[in-house]
Amino acid sequence: MTAVYVALAAPFLAALLGLLGGRRWPGLVVPVAVGGTTAALVAASVLGGRVVLDAPLSLRVQLADVPTGGPPFGIDLRADGLAAMVSVAVCVVALCVQVYSTAYLKGDPRYSSYAALVSLFTAAMLLVVFADDLMVLLVGWEVMGVCSYFLIGHHWEQEAARAGAVKAFVVTRLGDVGFLFGIFALVRAVGSFSIDEVVRSGVGTERTATVATLLLLCGVVGKSAQFPLHTWLPDAMAGPTPISALIHAATMVAAGIYLVVRLFDVFLQAPTTLAVMAVIACITMLGGALAALGQDDIKRVLAYSTVSQLAYMLAALSVGSAVAANFHLLTHAAFKALLFLAAGSVIHAVGTNLMPDMGGLRRLMPVTFLTMTVGLAALAGLPPFAGFFSKEAVLGAAEETARHGNGVAAAWTGWLVLVVGLITVAVTAAYVTRLWLMTFLGDRRGAAAAHESGPAMRWPLLALAVPSVLLGIVGLRDGWLPRWATRGDAGEVAQASLHVGLATSGVSVLLAVAGAAAMWLAWRRNPAADPTAALRARPAFERAFWVDEMYDRGVVGPVRGMARAVLRADDEVVTGAVRGTGRGATGLGRLVSLSQQGNVQTYLTGLLAGVLLLALGVVTLT
Amino acid sequence: MRELLLPLLLAVPLVGSLVLLVAPPRRAERLAAPFGTGVALVTFVVAVVAAATFPETDVPWVPSLGLRLHLGIDGISAPLVLLTSGLTALCMAYLLRIRPEAGRLRALVGLLLLLEVGMLGTFVALDLLLFFVFFEVVLVPMWLVIAQWGDDSVPGGRRRAADVFILFTLLGSVVMLLGILLVGLEAGTFDMVELAERQGAGLSRGVQVLAFLALGLGFAVKTPMWPLHTWLPDAHTAAPTVGSVLLAGVLLKMGTYGFVRIALPIVPEGAEVVAPWLGALAVVGIVYGSLACLAQRDLKRLIAFSSIGHMGFVLLGISTLTPVGVNGALYANIAHGLITGLLFFLVGAIKDRHHTAQIEVLGGGLYERMPRLGALLAFGAVASVGLPGLAGFWGEMLVLLGAFDPADPLPRGYYLVLMAVAGVGVVLTTTYFVRLLRRVTQGTSFQAWRDAVLLRDASPHELLVWAPVVVLVLVLGLWPGWLLDASDPVVRALLGGAP
Repeated sequence: MTAVYVALAAPFLAALLGLLGGRRWPGLVVPVAVGGTTAALVAASVLGGRVVLDAPLSLRVQLADVPTGGPPFGIDLRADGLAAMVSVAVCVVALCVQVYSTAYLKGDPRYSSYAALVSLFTAAMLLVVFADDLMVLLVGWEVMGVCSYFLIGHHWEQEAARAGAVKAFVVTRLGDVGFLFGIFALVRAVGSFSIDEVVRSGVGTERTATVATLLLLCGVVGKSAQFPLHTWLPDAMAGPTPISALIHAATMVAAGIYLVVRLFDVFLQAPTTLAVMAVIACITMLGGALAALGQDDIKRVLAYSTVSQLAYMLAALSVGSAVAANFHLLTHAAFKALLFLAAGSVIHAVGTNLMPDMGGLRRLMPVTFLTMTVGLAALAGLPPFAGFFSKEAVLGAAEETARHGNGVAAAWTGWLVLVVGLITVAVTAAYVTRLWLMTFLGDRRGAAAAHESGPAMRWPLLALAVPSVLLGIVGLRDGWLPRWATRGDAGEVAQASLHVGLATSGVSVLLAVAGAAAMWLAWRRNPAADPTAALRARPAFERAFWVDEMYDRGVVGPVRGMARAVLRADDEVVTGAVRGTGRGATGLGRLVSLSQQGNVQTYLTGLLAGVLLLALGVVTLT
Repeated sequence: MRELLLPLLLAVPLVGSLVLLVAPPRRAERLAAPFGTGVALVTFVVAVVAAATFPETDVPWVPSLGLRLHLGIDGISAPLVLLTSGLTALCMAYLLRIRPEAGRLRALVGLLLLLEVGMLGTFVALDLLLFFVFFEVVLVPMWLVIAQWGDDSVPGGRRRAADVFILFTLLGSVVMLLGILLVGLEAGTFDMVELAERQGAGLSRGVQVLAFLALGLGFAVKTPMWPLHTWLPDAHTAAPTVGSVLLAGVLLKMGTYGFVRIALPIVPEGAEVVAPWLGALAVVGIVYGSLACLAQRDLKRLIAFSSIGHMGFVLLGISTLTPVGVNGALYANIAHGLITGLLFFLVGAIKDRHHTAQIEVLGGGLYERMPRLGALLAFGAVASVGLPGLAGFWGEMLVLLGAFDPADPLPRGYYLVLMAVAGVGVVLTTTYFVRLLRRVTQGTSFQAWRDAVLLRDASPHELLVWAPVVVLVLVLGLWPGWLLDASDPVVRALLGGAP
């Protein structure tokens, strides 16, 4: 367990030190931030190493019980294959981001608090990963949210950053309220806050399981930016790009998926919830990919692609395969962090987020070009890059469910996920190709002279490119992934193998190639223009199907109106009450003004006399 | 010796206040703040000792009537006693350097010490009449503090605000007194311990309901519960910083403490009948308060309205009649005292510097002009939102959990609706606080504020005064067991279960 304590404490202490002393000792900021994350990575790697080398890992510790009046909750932690795997991924990305940020935010006056918040975020995410109690998990879950809020608002001079931060916090919190109620439902059914107990004992009836998991799903949908609460993620791109890589692509948004995996046994008791998940996932998957097709801002393309990719993970869960979801979570963390950091490198060089002002960067930024190409290929699901294998695992699981059923998820959810997933593969390849072509190929369109980024930004790109290539092949090795992706029970490891159907894989590769080719053909006609400009549906894609506008009309406006009405009503009541009581007060006021003409002694004497009188009055009254 | 501890707790501030009364005016004016700080610190030490040893005092008071001077302290009053004496000491320390514009420190310090006597007495009284006396003692000092040291930024001016405050609470108190008399005369004793142990035995259902309504009205005005809250925004906005801090930090808690200590255990059947109504009004308060905050234009008024929402959570917890809900209510009580106390300190500091609390006039850019004050305001706001890991979370979470599974005779479906609406309140609370931060702390400063030379960031003195509160908010957030271990057995006993 020492490794768990170190992994949790090191980034937390780094955050505390950074927040309290960062201003006074600016020289210490970088070593503290990078050092804390490195220590966490070492600790997580120790756990990961044990999983790879030894038998399945399963450690638990109960530090303290906290009474509530009902079932107590405990400060409980656990480390198993699943936790080890995700913690390694979190720490790798966090370390890359910390190193990258030293260059990306060089000279930023608020770098010290930025680095400290990234450390705090890392600690919170690891708390979620290692939590064995629902309350402990919730603490980490929400602390991540507030770190995300502060980091999106890092450039608070800009309106977009301010608005994006508010939106992200409020929308995710909306989901979190449902999440909290879901926890209540579990606790009421099981009589304990312990995750271990919840998973082990089940929650009784299917109805309870359905209610609880649907409520939990609210939090998952909020945190993992799924329809209809996905709208905050694109706007969160106003934060610094390394933050987008760490929080809004690789880790925090994946926490929702991680949570479902953790409590998967409960979800498996609720087929209705799985069906709802499948529908949500399919809407988000395709909608996100189409929206990505219509964006000009390179970060927004990646944001919508994150939304769409997270939906693949949710889809895998909805057809009953936690292992496939995990596999995709892992590979996505690697290649999406890589993509964001590479995009940051591009933005750093050309000084704009807009792809129409880029173009022709292939020669000017060779390392960025190469690594980003790797990341994009993985995202598009081209073999042999990591994304191909994990996406095939998802589609394979869907095919299994569709054809043979798995006893829990309905066959139609399998078909739905399979068909929508395949269509999305084509759309994904199209927007990936568009991004690649508009950014790196053709002629240089912007005015600024671009150049390759420095070593602190290049190395993290190269480091992340490795798993983006290899992770898929590694994951296919027999027995490796299931051992990493489960809680460590032997029976479960044997069960949870991956299915990859050859026919499905063939179709999916063909679709990807078709999507890419279509985009390339459109682009070749005029390399200086946006290849989707001619699409009639482009406005709908660009505005992401006007979901934001619907929220403005349907929710934000009415709430504002109600708020104004309440305030007006309250003011009127108060003024009325004041007028009414005013008359009563006049008599009392006259008495008081008499006493006020004297000095302070008189007040105090009067006061004490009053108290005595009151006391005597009470006594005599009785 | 132990019997003398609680009388000592009350005597120290009382004597301090009397000393200021008789001391030569000019010298007393100069020494008032250091003297007050000393007295408040001694009181705090006594409070710490009392909270550690749980002494009890029970001596005859008016033997002919069978009334006794019964004082005691336990797991639910100890945190409030510490909060009261601690916040008072911090207010005194604040006055060491920051004098109110109206001056007259000697009178202000004297009144605050007297106020402390009343607040502490309310929390340690174990006799209903004694409780009532202390409950009333706080009124006049607070009224004078608002009327004399307040400002005229509210409609009708500070005098009106003070008058409305005292009239509302007095009105509530009169009804409460009737309730106390009803209980005492029907049961034949005013002793709170004995009455609580009886759990309403010997009181008919009708008497219990009537008594709960009467007692509850007095407590509800103080808390305040919607729609009896109308005195609060003006009183808070007009009051000087130390007045707002104690008003929000301690005075409001006297109402909710009264519910838990008196109304629930002494007339439990009455509580069962009225609880659903109480819960509904509490939830209305939560949503109403947060909506009002969304549209609010004055920073200080916004914090005042936020209190209505937060106290709504406390009331909802009480109305569940479960150990979980009541534990949550008491936790939220303490957390709100600390967090809102801090917020009023901060908003007061902002108002003193800019001579306005109008959000539009203040404009953005607090992070830029006063980074420390801005960061603290962000901390206070995030704590108030109920972020897990800070004090505000645990209370509200337990309250909602209580509402999810209310006590047996209460309608569960109804409480689920209340819980869901309160959940909407959580989201609204988040919204208005992040909007507040967006409008006040972020962005760039107006030129007028940049040119103003006197706009200094928080001074070391201010930071020292606020630091204990910040630390406690963190500690209570990270280690909720500390308070819950203390309150849980007492709450179970008060609710008639096994301790």
